[in-house]
Parts: sequence; C-alpha cells; structure tokens
Amino acid sequence: MVLIRKFEEAAAKAYSIGKIGGFLHLYIGQEAVGVGSIAALEPKDYIVSTYRDHGHALARGLKPKPLMAELFGKATGISKGNGGSMHFFDKNAHFMGGHGIVGGHISLAAGIAFSSKYKKEDSVTICFFGEGAANIGSFHEGLNLAAIWKLPVVFICENNHYAMGTPEYRALAVKDVSVRAYAYDMARDHIEGDEVRKVHDHVKVAVDRARRGEGPTLIEISTYRFRGHSMSDPAKYRTKEELDSYKKKDPLFRARTELISAGILEKDLDALDLSIQEEVDEAYQFADESPEPPLSQLYQSVYAEDK
Amino acid sequence: MAILTYREALNRAMVEEMEKDPLIYLMGEEVGHYQGAYKVSQGMLDKFGEERVIDTPISENGFAGIGVGSAMTGLRPIIEFMTWNFSLVAIDQIINSAAKMNYMSGGQFPMPIVFRGAGGVGGRLGAQHSQAFESWYAHCPGMKVVCPATPKDAYGLLKSSIRDNNPTIFIESEVLYGTKGEVPEQEYTIPLGLADIKRKGTDLSIITWSRALGFAEEAAKILEKEGISIEIVDLRSLRPLDEQAIYESVKKTNRALVVEEGWPVAGFGAQVAYLIQKNAFDYLDHPVERVTQKDVPMPYAANLERESLPNAERVAQAVREILR
Repeated sequence: MVLIRKFEEAAAKAYSIGKIGGFLHLYIGQEAVGVGSIAALEPKDYIVSTYRDHGHALARGLKPKPLMAELFGKATGISKGNGGSMHFFDKNAHFMGGHGIVGGHISLAAGIAFSSKYKKEDSVTICFFGEGAANIGSFHEGLNLAAIWKLPVVFICENNHYAMGTPEYRALAVKDVSVRAYAYDMARDHIEGDEVRKVHDHVKVAVDRARRGEGPTLIEISTYRFRGHSMSDPAKYRTKEELDSYKKKDPLFRARTELISAGILEKDLDALDLSIQEEVDEAYQFADESPEPPLSQLYQSVYAEDK
Repeated sequence: MAILTYREALNRAMVEEMEKDPLIYLMGEEVGHYQGAYKVSQGMLDKFGEERVIDTPISENGFAGIGVGSAMTGLRPIIEFMTWNFSLVAIDQIINSAAKMNYMSGGQFPMPIVFRGAGGVGGRLGAQHSQAFESWYAHCPGMKVVCPATPKDAYGLLKSSIRDNNPTIFIESEVLYGTKGEVPEQEYTIPLGLADIKRKGTDLSIITWSRALGFAEEAAKILEKEGISIEIVDLRSLRPLDEQAIYESVKKTNRALVVEEGWPVAGFGAQVAYLIQKNAFDYLDHPVERVTQKDVPMPYAANLERESLPNAERVAQAVREILR
C-alpha cells in the first residue's frame, strides 16, 4: 500500500512537470481494496483492471520501474510505451490489462474465466470496476453469462462514490450495486474498503467459491479516492469536509496503527517506508533516463505474427 | 470437385479446423441446438458437444467480450453474429478491445479470434436488418476484414481466418448462403490479402467483393454482347488489401469501376478509388467511378428497395458511360 501511495505521488509530480502525458487516474485512498483483494489470489489467477490500474498492477507484484517507464512513454515500459497509464499489461503475471472503456472489460473478464473453465484449469479471475461501470450493458451481460455458466470470476465493484464528477445518487437507481447480484442469482458481499485484512478475508471467500466451481460473486467495496477523477480534475463537486472525513479513514494509517498495536516497531515501519521511497525514486530515475521507443516500433504489433 | 453451397463450404471449414485444434470453439446465438439461424453450424453440436458449440443468450456485447477474453488466454474463438447488424452493440468489444489488444499491450496479446456471420443487403428486410458494414470494420487498423463471394473462397478464406493470430471480421453474404459452386475435395487454404481475377478482360476493370461480384459478372455478360470486354477483380479481403492486383488490372484496361453493396460516403470503394488515382494515375483514361447502394436507409417497399440496390444493369450502364 505504501508502495502504491509513494509511486503515485511520484507519478503526480512527474505529470505536473510534463514528464507524463494523457490521463493519469490516481488510486490514492483506495489502496486497501487492490492490495487486500489481490493478496487473496495465487499466481495462476488473473486480474483485469480499469483505467485506474497502477495500484492493481503494483499489488500484483509488477515492478515499479517498467510501470513508471510506461507512464513516461518509454521503450522500457511494461507495454513498451504503447499503452500508457490506462493500459498496463503483463502476460506473465496474468495481469490482463488496464482497460480504458468504462465497463467494457467486465465481459472480457468473464471470457478469461470462461477460458479457465474451458481448459479445466482452476484459475480464478478478479475483475475490478467502479460503480459507474455498473450501469453499462457489458456489466449486465458479463454478469449474466458468468452466472449461467458458473464461471470462476469475482466481480469487484470499487465504489468510490463518483463516476468522474457524477455522484452515485445521481447515477444509480439502487445505490447498493451489490444487490444487483440477486438479479443474476449470484453470491454477493458488501464491505467497507479501508481495512486491508478485512478486504482480503472477504474476497478470499469469493475466490475460494469460484475455485470450487460454485460460480461468480459480486462484491461491492466502498472506498474513496483522495484525488480527483484524474490529474486534470480539481474535484470541485465535493466538499472539503467530505474529503477530510474520508482522509481520517486513510487505509494506510489504519494499517500502520494495526501493525503497531500488533507489536511491530514504529522505527521498523519508518525504515520500510524509507526503502520503498528509495525504490520509487529509482523507478522515477529509470523511467526518466530510459530511451523513447524507436520510431520503427510505430507499425509493430498492429498485427501479431502468424503462427 | 464437389459441388457445395456457400453455407456448406463454411461449415466444412469450421468442422475441419475444430477437428484439428481443440482450442477452437464456436459461440453465438442459436449456433447449437437450433443448428444455426442460417444453418451454417448445422450438425456441429452433435459432433463437438455443448462445450465447444456454445449457445448464448441474446447479448452480443457480452459474448463478444467472452471471446476476446478467452483469446487473451490462448483459446481460438469463432464468434458468430446472427447478422452483422447485431454486431453494432458489440462494436466496443471488437474495436476497443480485440483490434488493439496486441498493440496497446506492446505485442503481448495476439488475438486469434474470428467474428463471423451473415451480412449484406437485400431480401426486403428493412432498414435495421439490411446493411453492409465491411467499410466500418475495414476502417480500423488491427483487424482483418474478409468478404468471400463463392463457396470455394468461403472455405479457403475461413480456414485462413481461423488460423490467423489476429482478429478477423469475416462477413458472409446472407444472400449467397444457398448458392452452389465447385469446392476442391482436397483441403486447401487461401491466404488473406490475395485478390482473385474472376474474369479476364481488356476494356475496363471492375473491382468488387462479396455479393456485388454477382452484379459485376452479370453485367460483364451483358456487355460482352455489346463488344465490351470486362476484367473483374474480386478483392476477397479488404484488410489486408491486394493493391498490386488492382493496379495490374488497371494498367491493362486503363479504366476502373468499383462496385459495392454498401453506402457511398466513406465507403471502402472510396479508398480503392483513391489508391488507383494515387498509384496508377498515368494509366487512367477516365476518372474511377463507383456503383454503390443509394445513400439512404434500406426501404422495405419492393420497388424502393430495388431502386436503392446496385444491380447488373446499373453496373453495365456505368461501364457504358465510362467508355462513351
């Protein structure tokens, strides 16, 4: 969680001085959701993410260097500079992409789970999306298909209460996204997302259920983004009081408090923070110093090589 | 040579490929128990079972997404759209996911998926069921677009499409499903991106594909009686495009007419006309002309539909005007 926080703070800095272009959707504040969920997975399992994918990628264990280099649009990036912030991919880590069309990836995640079932592998797919995605067709079609075919997939709605600038009460006829699971005869869960262990424990139940062949689960995890929708959004649609109330529940602070009360020494945590900051600084430097992709790359990978 | 219908040729191609590779599956509405809305998948459920011939609910966006996700993890899906008109609710999955997955992942995710089904215009199906969409899909890099006109081509091109590691838009002509033609008994494939000269001639080149080939062939017979010799270039695939075959024909005949079922504005024929004037300008004795569907949604009334569609007489008339 600390790595995600520090990585994104460094990315925000790089964005503000023009080293990172395009959109940059930060995950700051939501860290416990990605970390807790992905900790419930095994290496053979799959993750499908949204355009807010930095946290999920780091939680999966992807290294900060190629991720930061991707943000910088460099040849050493995780997607060779072809993807950018919204399109992290790592086939070996079963990190099946950040996807830029809201909700379009939900049925795609069902397809990855379909593949596991088809090949009789016991991999589970986790699909993250925001509450805004719960209103698009792909959500309903993906959930219905996953349910009728009992696909091994866990749909995780990270409800941060704003779809860009639109608050949930103006977008969701029924505020609780998780109850939509009833419409598909699907297991459901709904939790607060500020305690990483709690997130892990709840998601694990759903992952185990999927692995046993008992079908998908829809979990809604309530969370909050401390920044705007993207770096270009000053988030004037919400009050300072609201933001402050959520900052008091900062998942990093909660985790630290819990660790200290469990007997971990504060100085050890500080040392850990420091080493993580060094890792992020190295990633920043690596990204900054890496070469841009060669122009010959422009036409590469439009098509795959034929088999 | 066996005589097969266009639909039987497609069926044979799918069956043979699925027998060879267990990673290939067929998915779509009514492909299994109903035996295919147009019977292209007839008998396949019995042969391969429900795990590989998979009926879906009506949810094109959903099952197109299932196809894309499964292709990311190594399966080789054949996704059937009952008609390409319904593909529009899945176009996000096709263009935003399938067409660019390999590119935006820096080459990590090839996309061995075929989207196929009935397309084209006519049959008094009205505005929402009678549309030619190959120009829409050919617009987007990352996809291949295939439009076979004969049973022989349908078989060889579908096999190549299934074996290709890229997303292929395989548009079958609904009107042609029952047409018969010679198909070699021996297994064969036809490379994507190879045009076929369906008729040799000296006075004018007609460049066409899919069902419009029939209009061209009929027109060529009419014109032959008038002493006009037509060469017909059947593109067979729009992406990749066999530009060389087009230029060679135009260099020989010095005149070109593009004939297509689709609408004129931003249609694929406009791209072909541009390429000819750009790369074979010195050989042209007349501006490149086009015969297309009229620029209207498809009407239902028989006479209006007839008026809207390209046909042999319109093609012949366009040729006469070019040669005048």
